[in-house]
Amino acid sequence: MSAQLLGLHQPGTTWLHRLPAGAKLLGLMAASLVVVLVHGPASAVVFVLVAAGLVVWSGARLGFTLRAMRWLLLTAAILGAWTVWQNGWPRAVEVVGDLVALILLATTLTVTTPVDEVMDAVARGLRPLRRVGVDPEAVALAFSLMLRAIPTTIGLAEESRDAAVARGLERSPRARLIPFVVRVVARAHDTGDALHARGIGDD
Amino acid sequence: MSGIRLEQVTVSVPTQDGERRILHETSLELTERRVALVGPNGSGKSTLARLLNGLVPATTGRVVVDGLDVAHEGREVRRRVGFVFTDPAAQLVMPTAREDVALSLRRTHRDKTERLVAADRVLADFGLAGFGDRSVHGLSGGEGQLLALAGVLATGPSILVADEPTTLLDLGNSRRIGDLLLGLEQQLVVVTHDLDLAERCDRVLLVRDGRVERDGSPADVVGHYRATA
Ligand SMILES: Nc1ncnc2c1ncn2[C@@H]1O[C@H](COP(=O)(O)OP(=O)(O)O)[C@@H](O)[C@H]1O
Ligand SMILES: [Mg+2]
Repeated sequence: MSAQLLGLHQPGTTWLHRLPAGAKLLGLMAASLVVVLVHGPASAVVFVLVAAGLVVWSGARLGFTLRAMRWLLLTAAILGAWTVWQNGWPRAVEVVGDLVALILLATTLTVTTPVDEVMDAVARGLRPLRRVGVDPEAVALAFSLMLRAIPTTIGLAEESRDAAVARGLERSPRARLIPFVVRVVARAHDTGDALHARGIGDD
Repeated sequence: MSGIRLEQVTVSVPTQDGERRILHETSLELTERRVALVGPNGSGKSTLARLLNGLVPATTGRVVVDGLDVAHEGREVRRRVGFVFTDPAAQLVMPTAREDVALSLRRTHRDKTERLVAADRVLADFGLAGFGDRSVHGLSGGEGQLLALAGVLATGPSILVADEPTTLLDLGNSRRIGDLLLGLEQQLVVVTHDLDLAERCDRVLLVRDGRVERDGSPADVVGHYRATA
């Protein structure tokens, strides 16, 4: 249920909605580069605040968005705890901050842009590479599948957790992790078959 | 030329110590409009169905669809053979219903606006008018399978293969999808555990241990299966 929202376009009229998909995509790439390249905990905090501001501005329903992201946030928290232990606080703030900022930036893109437009923009942007053998449509589809994989994967994680809880194994990381990995791989495999059968990628 | 032909087909999969034959030598000609494949779990039904559009390659022998060799003319075969799977979640790849159908229409409708309009028409044809903006994650099992079917039929196949399309559905939805499948103008090959559905087909094949154990009229084959299951 909570996985539904992530990666889903929410129609709106904000400036972010009206910006062309290609511009937003370039912006996301540039911003991601900045987030990854600029080091230090202070900048990470700024990135999170800016990205959170964008999500708010996009008009995404906040409670809903936070609930949809709670598994990603939990993962970020675990990563953070581990980094505190291994490398201390400043490094942990930087790692978690960068991760959360990237998630929020991607969320802004998906909330304000129909995937079809993102795909078209990717395909257009890659058209010059056709001469060197790149298939722009295929890359665009791969991109949209990547966006689609986020909510799917979270859904599968919730399923795996529920199954583990139902068997009284909620404390066992193995009982949660192994079925989860199996589910993700199986789903990816099935989706590949379905795409193949629909003739997508044939032309 | 039309129809499906298997010529001495076998399928083997590699194992640690050599290989295992999951489909023993099978020769078949399927020309009936509605063909059902029934049999126990793991008997080879999916393997047989997947041969028909090249998802599983024949290890030996030949599969011919509408006169086309699946091994050599895969792309052309996939245009003619639509395939519906059990789980809608694995088949719906775009965020919304309209976009998912539109994805199927990319080849026939180059213009994006036209494509989205056409997608809405397809949705309406399948009783999904008003579902265009709905998230594919939020659909019920029945709606999801209906959408998956719409997406596949939108590509205009002449044959539809469906692998347990109703297994995850409740009684009402499974009847609804079953009725729709049986009413299609396309040739239908359906793998199913729903023996009522199988009995309404024109021909039924019972698959067991990687072999077509019995092949004939629904009354005969389903009767035999019920007696020996
Ligand atoms: N890719 C594969 N690798 C190994 N074994 C497989 C593969 N595909 C199917 N099998 C095995 O072949 C047998 C038949 O499978 P399948 O055609 O899926 O059966 P059914 O659809 O009737 O349940 C099963 O024992 C299955 O485990
Ligand atoms: Mg099967």
